[in-house]
Amino acid sequence: MSDKEPAVTQATLVKKAAPKSDYKPADVSPQRRVQRTFAVRLWSIRHSRLLEWFYSRFADAFLLLHPLWKGIGYGRVEAPVKFVEKRVKGFMFDCRMCGQCVLSSTGMSCPMNCPKQLRNGPCGGVRANGNCEVEPDMPCVWVKAWEGSRNMVHGDKILTVQKPVDQSLRETSAWLRVTAQSAAAREPTQNPGASA
Amino acid sequence: MTGRQRDENPAGIHLPLDPLPGHTSRGRLERVLRRGEFAVTTELNPPDSADPEDVYNRAKIFDGWVDAINAVDASGANCHMSSVGICALLTRMGYAPIMQIACRDKNRIAIQGDVLGGAAMGVANMLCLTGDGVQAGDQPGAKPVFDLDSMSLLETCRIMRDNGKFLSGRKLTTPPQIFLGCAVNPFAPPYDFRPIHLGKKIAAGAQFAQTQYCFDVPMFKTFMQKARDLGHTEKLFLLCGVGPLASAKTAKWIRSNVPGIHIPDAVIKRLEGAQDQKKEGKQLCIDIINEVKEIPGVAGIHVMAYRQEEYVAEIVDESGVLKGRQPWKREIRRDDQLVAERLGHILHDEITETQVDMVKTAH
Repeated sequence: MSDKEPAVTQATLVKKAAPKSDYKPADVSPQRRVQRTFAVRLWSIRHSRLLEWFYSRFADAFLLLHPLWKGIGYGRVEAPVKFVEKRVKGFMFDCRMCGQCVLSSTGMSCPMNCPKQLRNGPCGGVRANGNCEVEPDMPCVWVKAWEGSRNMVHGDKILTVQKPVDQSLRETSAWLRVTAQSAAAREPTQNPGASA
Repeated sequence: MTGRQRDENPAGIHLPLDPLPGHTSRGRLERVLRRGEFAVTTELNPPDSADPEDVYNRAKIFDGWVDAINAVDASGANCHMSSVGICALLTRMGYAPIMQIACRDKNRIAIQGDVLGGAAMGVANMLCLTGDGVQAGDQPGAKPVFDLDSMSLLETCRIMRDNGKFLSGRKLTTPPQIFLGCAVNPFAPPYDFRPIHLGKKIAAGAQFAQTQYCFDVPMFKTFMQKARDLGHTEKLFLLCGVGPLASAKTAKWIRSNVPGIHIPDAVIKRLEGAQDQKKEGKQLCIDIINEVKEIPGVAGIHVMAYRQEEYVAEIVDESGVLKGRQPWKREIRRDDQLVAERLGHILHDEITETQVDMVKTAH
C-alpha cells in the first residue's frame, strides 16, 4: 500500500500549472478554501478519550445550571451560548454548527467536515493513504473517526445508525438543546418526589 | 419453447411476480438469491440520448445471462439518462432492473418520491448509494446535495416499506415492495471498520450488497472472513463486484483517477506482460470469478464491464457460475411470433394499395 504513488487529481494538476499569484477561483473546493490546517482537529481526535471524559463532566455541569438557563429563558441564553459554542467547537473540531452534535458517537471527529457530510461511516472513495476522495490532502473524517472511537470508553456508539440531519436546527446551540432534553427527560422522575 | 419461463408473471412479463412468504419484493433477483442460486447482475451503461431504443439495445446483449441489471444514477457524477427513466423502460420490457439511488443529486423529498414512483413502475430492487462527489464528474460546479447518506437512505426505504410511512411519519396508502441493496468497498480504508460498517448497513435495512471491483482476492477473503464471523452473510446476500480491464494503461489510469478502486501491482504486471491485453483482462476477470465464487458467503457476482458490455455474456459463460442455469430471457410470445411470421411482410413490402386495386384483387 505504502509504495503506491500518491494519486494525482485534476485539482492538483490545475493548481500546479498556474503560478501562485494567479486568480484561481475554482482550484480548491469551498471546504478546503476556509480550512488551512487540520492540526487542532487531529489533536482532538488523538485525545478523544480525554475529551470524552471532559465532555461528560461538562454536560453534567451544564445540566446542573438548568435552573439558571430556565430562569433567564432558553431563548435568551441561546445567542451568547451559541457565540461561545461556535468558537470553542470551531477551534477544537472545525465545527459546522449543524446544531445536533454527534461528536461523542464519531470519535470526536466532526462528520460535517466530510464533503459529503456523511454521518454514518465512510464512503467507498477513501484513498489508499486514508485521505479524502474530494479533498486529496485532507485525512478522511471517517478514517479518523474510527481511530478516535477506538480510544474512547463508549467508542462503540459509532455503531448506532444516525438519523439524517435536521437542516432546520442549523446554527443553533447543541449544548443547550441536549441540556434541555435531558432536563425534560428527568422531569417525570422528579415530579412524584416534588408532589409528595 | 415449452411454456413460460421460471419467475415470469403469466399475465404479462412487465407485471410483478406473485408474492412469496419471506420475500419483501415481487422481483426476480430476490427469488433467485433466496433459492440459493448463484446470482449474476450487471450494469447498463446509461445512454446520453433520449431514444428508448438505446436502452433496449444495451440491455439486449445481457439477455439470458444476468438476473438483474443495475440502472446507474449518474455514476461518477457524469450526466446520463436518469436511473428512474432507464428503470421505466426496462420494466416495460420485463427486465429486472436494480434502481440505483445516489444521495448526491436529490434531497429526501425527491428521493422518497422516486422510491414510490420506481416501485409503482415495477422496480423490485433498489440500491442505496452515497454517490461520487460532484468534483469527479463533468459538471464540477454543481451543488452537492447529500441530504441523506447511504445509511439513512436505506433506513428511509425500509421505513417506507415496513412501516408504510414517509420519513415524516405521514402514512402511505400502498407501501413499496422492494428488495434493498447497498454498496460495500472492502478495498478502501479504514479496513477493519469496513465489515462492521456493513453490519451497520444491515441494521439500517440492507438485504443485498454489491462490492466495488475486486482485483485483490486475498484482501477480499480477509474481509469475507470478518463478515462471516460477524454473521453478516446470513443476513445479507453479498455479490462480489468484478470486471474486465481493457489494458494495463486503463488499469493505471483507473488506479490514479478513480477513487476507491484498488488494483494491485501484480494485476498491472500481468496485463503488461500479455500479448493481447484486452483478452488477458477478460481472462483475469474470469480467474477472479473462479476464485471468488468458492469463498463461503458469496451469493453472486456483479459484473461491471464498462464499455465492454459485449464481454459480459462470455465472462459469465466461461466462468461457469450459472452452472447451466439460464436466467430469465426476453422472448417473443408465441402468438406475437405467429402474427409476425404471417404478416411481418407488410412492414417491409413497398406496396401502395388503393381501394380500386383492392376491389379488383378481391374479385
